[in-house]
Amino acid sequence: MAEVISQPVGHQHGHDHAHGHVDQESLKILGFWIFLVTDCLLFGTLFATFIVLRTHTDGGPTGKEIFDIPTFIAETFILLTSSFTSGLATLEMRKNNGSVQRLIGWLIVTWILGAAFVGLEIKEFTHLALDGATISRSAFLSGFFTLVGTHGLHVSVGLIWMLALMIQVGRYGFTAVTKRKIYIVGLYWHFLDAVWIFLFTVVYLIGVM
Amino acid sequence: MLESIKTFASHFFVTGDPMIYGADASIVLVTVAILFVLTYFKKWRWLWDEWLTTVDHKKIGIMYALAAILMLFRGGVDALLMRTQLAFPNMHFLQAEHYNQIFTTHGTIMILFMAMPLMFAFFNIVVPLQIGARDVAYPYLNAVSFWLFFFGAMLLNLSFVIGGSPDAGWVSYPPLSELAFDKGPGENFYLLSISISGIGSLATGINFMVTILKMRAPGMKLMDMPLFTWSILATCIIIIFAFPVLTIALALLFIDRLAGAHFFTMLHGGNPMMFINLFWMWGHPEVYIVVLPAFGIYSEVVSTFAKKRIFGYKSMVASMMLISIISYFTWTHHFFTMGSGADVNTFFAISTMAIGVPTGVKVFNWLFTMYRGRIRLTLPMLWTIAFVPCFAIGGATGVMLAVAPADYQYHNSYFLIAHFHQVLIGGVVFGYFAGLYYWWPKMFGHVLNEKLGRWSFWFWNIGFYVCFMPQYALGFMGMTRRLYTYPHGLGWSSLNLVSTIGAFMMGIGFLFQGAQILHGIKFGKRDTTGDPWDGRTLEWSLPSPAPHYNFATIPQIKGRDAWWTMKEEMKQPGYKKEPVHIEPIHMPKSSGRPFIMSVFFFIAGFGLTFDWIWMGVIGAIGVGITLLARSFEYDTDYYVPVDEIERTEAALGRL
Repeated sequence: MAEVISQPVGHQHGHDHAHGHVDQESLKILGFWIFLVTDCLLFGTLFATFIVLRTHTDGGPTGKEIFDIPTFIAETFILLTSSFTSGLATLEMRKNNGSVQRLIGWLIVTWILGAAFVGLEIKEFTHLALDGATISRSAFLSGFFTLVGTHGLHVSVGLIWMLALMIQVGRYGFTAVTKRKIYIVGLYWHFLDAVWIFLFTVVYLIGVM
Repeated sequence: MLESIKTFASHFFVTGDPMIYGADASIVLVTVAILFVLTYFKKWRWLWDEWLTTVDHKKIGIMYALAAILMLFRGGVDALLMRTQLAFPNMHFLQAEHYNQIFTTHGTIMILFMAMPLMFAFFNIVVPLQIGARDVAYPYLNAVSFWLFFFGAMLLNLSFVIGGSPDAGWVSYPPLSELAFDKGPGENFYLLSISISGIGSLATGINFMVTILKMRAPGMKLMDMPLFTWSILATCIIIIFAFPVLTIALALLFIDRLAGAHFFTMLHGGNPMMFINLFWMWGHPEVYIVVLPAFGIYSEVVSTFAKKRIFGYKSMVASMMLISIISYFTWTHHFFTMGSGADVNTFFAISTMAIGVPTGVKVFNWLFTMYRGRIRLTLPMLWTIAFVPCFAIGGATGVMLAVAPADYQYHNSYFLIAHFHQVLIGGVVFGYFAGLYYWWPKMFGHVLNEKLGRWSFWFWNIGFYVCFMPQYALGFMGMTRRLYTYPHGLGWSSLNLVSTIGAFMMGIGFLFQGAQILHGIKFGKRDTTGDPWDGRTLEWSLPSPAPHYNFATIPQIKGRDAWWTMKEEMKQPGYKKEPVHIEPIHMPKSSGRPFIMSVFFFIAGFGLTFDWIWMGVIGAIGVGITLLARSFEYDTDYYVPVDEIERTEAALGRL
């Protein structure tokens, strides 16, 4: 983190403002960490609800009947890989001789993987809904769609965000501000990956057991 | 065509009650009057530049305070309507349905749209000044928080004349609040308005936590922070951990209603208890969210007006931190009677009683601070002293309620109503009044009239006991909460009448405060020193009101009660004023986007309330575009030049 924020904010003023002047970029990174704490709690609450309602299928389909193992395994591999490539993007930014092109390249790879993940999830959801396993069929399915869907929504927001940052970093190159933004979107992406590991375990693996 | 418009209008607008038509007329009149005044005096530009787009935490704080006082009026009118309905047996002052709506909006507004914003007003006005900071950590986000609260509150208030208000109680328990039992848009208004303002509250929690941890003036260690700032830190911790749970609880209930899901329904495997647990996992910490800042205020007021350092500073800090943790282990005491079993009830009974211990420690510390202090009975001090016995009684009845077996008797009775009004009015409202009187000069630059304030004080206090003491008895006599009317001959009539008289006395107390504010605007004594109370903390070292950059030079802190220490130093014989060295100050630029984004949130919320998905989508797209526009904005701050600072400081007599 220290490396990202070592540069002073890009102002034209020559003199030193260390006195009473807080580094805005590091402040924003700290704030984002705390935001992630709140997001953790948000997902934690959804997980708790899902676990309570997991067996409340009301005679409808159970996880074992509806979860397609190849699909969720593929989703997992795609998202984990995207987390790795987003890490490579951040690494490119941290290198002394990192290039904006390579960084954007890795972000594009991450983006495509993320989009593929969302696509698979949409396919899974429509497939289930067409089979009659809708959100209003049972409490279990309400919990499933809401929990997994909230994660999918987060990933989709991340995709739009990443697109915006690719344009910005292409336009301005590496500055304190763009570096901080790339760093934060990377944090966000890894966080979503960590949440997915729990989803994979609690929803899918235990579901098909 | 005309017929279909008529049918639509009869569902869209609330009809059939003369009081509603009165409200319609007054809303239209007030709106027209505001529009006229703004246009006639050519104030639109001023309103936009100075207030709607501001990112100055002090102005945001003032807007929070004004909105909260308005909401106190609205919630108070709700209370008086209810008490009028209950004044005599067999009353039909209100229709039953309308009564349900009024007790729901009374609770919702008082907690979420009065107490919370008034608390955020103090966050904004006081915290940066107390810690010697020029701003909050995220000024732009701060403006977003305020406007989300504001439009959330407006959305709920709109329900009074459009669509109908929520009527499932402020806790909105399913299945009562499920679509099957509550068709109207009222419940949607509740869910969406709280969700929108809740995002703002969460952001404020993060904002001020970082502000306090990272932006203190050099030399101010954590254990040098004023206790009010400590109380805000503790509050922020609770906000950060509690609000996501509320967000999810409300979102799931909304998904139930909008998409036909079955989280909390009675059929298809839903579990209503799930909601009740989630709600109180936020709801119980919430009462500590609103009361901890009041504790902070009492600490400042007692120490200032007893002219002493606070007694037991460390134990004050420890007790606040303890409260912020234990508050998470008490939520089940809200439903002892709902079949959790003896073990669970025992755990939560004990933790509920345990939270009284750190709270008691604080009360003793305030009393010991007053002991042998040179007490000045100013308005803030009066409210603080009045708080002590009131809160002690409220605490005692709280412990009575915490005894799980006994709670089977008190549950949902007027005993409970009396208890939580005693701690919430006696603890929170008294504290916030003390805070308003205390920091009013800092906010507006003048001191409020003492005499009117004393009239208000006595009306409020006597009215409080007259109103709520009978309710304890009524609870024991079997009167339950949310009761619409009651027959003769139960022995409740005279106590209810007394209680209603008390409620109106508090209403008169509020009117005196209104008069006090108006009097202050016209005749208020100017505070030219910036330190009207001979204060101890840094905000009193600044002029009243403070310039927009707060501190021309950031002070060096050498321990607790920073301003007091500086004043002592200045009194030393050999004291030489250090030459002021002014540098350009880094400040954020104003922005209209927080306002515009919140308008889009409002549009989305309003659309979803009526299940108009298209309108919800328009709002959501608007929110997305404003967010992206912010992301692409790089020119967000500027420097205040030295000569401007020098001019401002010279005009304030500071150079």
